[in-house]
Amino acid sequence: MTMSHDAQAYNFAYLDEQTKRMIRRAILKSLAVPGYQVPFASREMPMPYGWGTGGVQVTAACLVPEDRLKVIDQGADDTTNAVSIRKFFARTAQVATTERTQEATLIQTRHRIPETPLTEGQILVYQVPIPEPLRFLEPRETETRKMHELEEYGLMHVKLYEDIARHGQIATSYAYPVKVEGRYVMDPSPIPKFDNPKLGQSPAIQLFGAGREQRIYALPPFTDVVSLDFDDYPFASSKAPHDCDLCGARQSYLDEVITDDRGGRMFVCSDTDFCASRQAQGKVGRLGVGQAEGAK
Amino acid sequence: MTLQEKIVALDRPILKVEGLTKRYGPRIGCADVSFELYPGEVLGIVGESGSGKSTLLSCLAGHQRPDLGHIAFDGRDVLAMSETERRLLSRTDWAYVHQNPRDGLRMGVSAGGNVGDRLMAVGARHYGQIRGKAADWLGRVEIAADRIDDRPSAFSGGMQQRLQIARNLVTAPRLVFMDEPTGGLDVSVQARLLDLLRGLVRDLGLSVIIVTHDLAVVRLLAHRLMVMKSGRVVEQGLTDQVLDDPQHAYTQLLVSSVLQV
Repeated sequence: MTMSHDAQAYNFAYLDEQTKRMIRRAILKSLAVPGYQVPFASREMPMPYGWGTGGVQVTAACLVPEDRLKVIDQGADDTTNAVSIRKFFARTAQVATTERTQEATLIQTRHRIPETPLTEGQILVYQVPIPEPLRFLEPRETETRKMHELEEYGLMHVKLYEDIARHGQIATSYAYPVKVEGRYVMDPSPIPKFDNPKLGQSPAIQLFGAGREQRIYALPPFTDVVSLDFDDYPFASSKAPHDCDLCGARQSYLDEVITDDRGGRMFVCSDTDFCASRQAQGKVGRLGVGQAEGAK
Repeated sequence: MTLQEKIVALDRPILKVEGLTKRYGPRIGCADVSFELYPGEVLGIVGESGSGKSTLLSCLAGHQRPDLGHIAFDGRDVLAMSETERRLLSRTDWAYVHQNPRDGLRMGVSAGGNVGDRLMAVGARHYGQIRGKAADWLGRVEIAADRIDDRPSAFSGGMQQRLQIARNLVTAPRLVFMDEPTGGLDVSVQARLLDLLRGLVRDLGLSVIIVTHDLAVVRLLAHRLMVMKSGRVVEQGLTDQVLDDPQHAYTQLLVSSVLQV
């Protein structure tokens, strides 16, 4: 088969062993200093920047043949980004893949944390576009590094102040800055702030890879992660005030789907695996159809 | 601090500078500058362009490292401090008013945010209190309360400069560095700003080092005056004494060069 012949032309998981070694060193360092952005020599990957090149490199460095890989994009297993990355590793590493959160040993994600609680032994790899939480407030890299070094994080609160002054509340709804172990302020990648409470005290290892910006950072299991806020405007996670229209879930993060041009719309779980497994258990939402008829 | 401690503190210089020298390669930035500044005192530094007054100020404020000399703030050796300490100092006890307000303000952040910036940098985490303080300070520098959420880019030059002053004074610093605070403003706006500055300096008991080439500014604000030329201090003394009875040839030239209307 040409397919398997091609696959043999690649090293396991695409990257060469020396590159993986270099990335693993960066990962170990990032785990040792939670929230600190470790520079690494990011390689060009066969996909454009912005498509998860950082996450892919971290995944490649972590994968072992026994792994079972899940890839999600905004919570969904079936969107372009997720499908192409899953195929990429199925082909270059011949690892098993899955859509089920519980079964996966390694999950690469773009902009979501799965609804199903993660467990010990799992690794969650985030794709990060801009790792520097202070970037839009202070354009100079030399200065932001110094601010991290000296723990000068007042500027982060200036941003939140501006939010409240302009919108009456903290309007930052994704990439909400967090403080890790009382030390480093970290950008959790553009996950909705709904997911922020899941960052802390997670039993899984969380790794963040930014390919274009060449940074890796991490949250080891059971790390303290606090979302920044004001005493009189405390952090509040938020979601659309609806239930999932397919599975009826009340506590999951929802996507709004426009269904026609007359104002028709529905809200569905953004985590497709979570939604599908609930439907398989027979749970039905407002617009859902019974399992016998084959939901979604 | 008890009253007695306060009175005793007035006798000790807040800033003590000895033999400060900064070279740019073979050229002299400023050379062998020594002086003492007491609490509540305003020291003016005048001189022509290139006389080293801005170099001196940036060395004092920690923006540049001098080659020789000592600086002691409140008895603490500034040059031996770690960067963390020095930056903390520059956010709390010190303030720096730039000539161009755009250098000292965050132009993308509202006026209230600009004033609150220093408060948040030293750990304020209560929005209501930060905003209350910001509103109070905007009032003190005569900026209307309804401009609190406007960005400085929507302000006139004089308002920007007043905003910069509010932003610097909100953490109640004890030592303020000012680099040509009235430069680039027209005369009527200048007069208002000077009036405001004089009031604030007196009410808050600030110690100020003010660098300018405008003798009228130091006449109004400064208690003492240092005249610099080619990086060296050529004359110093009480402001009125130096301006009314200049001894050094350069000071005489400087005083006589002021245009009379």
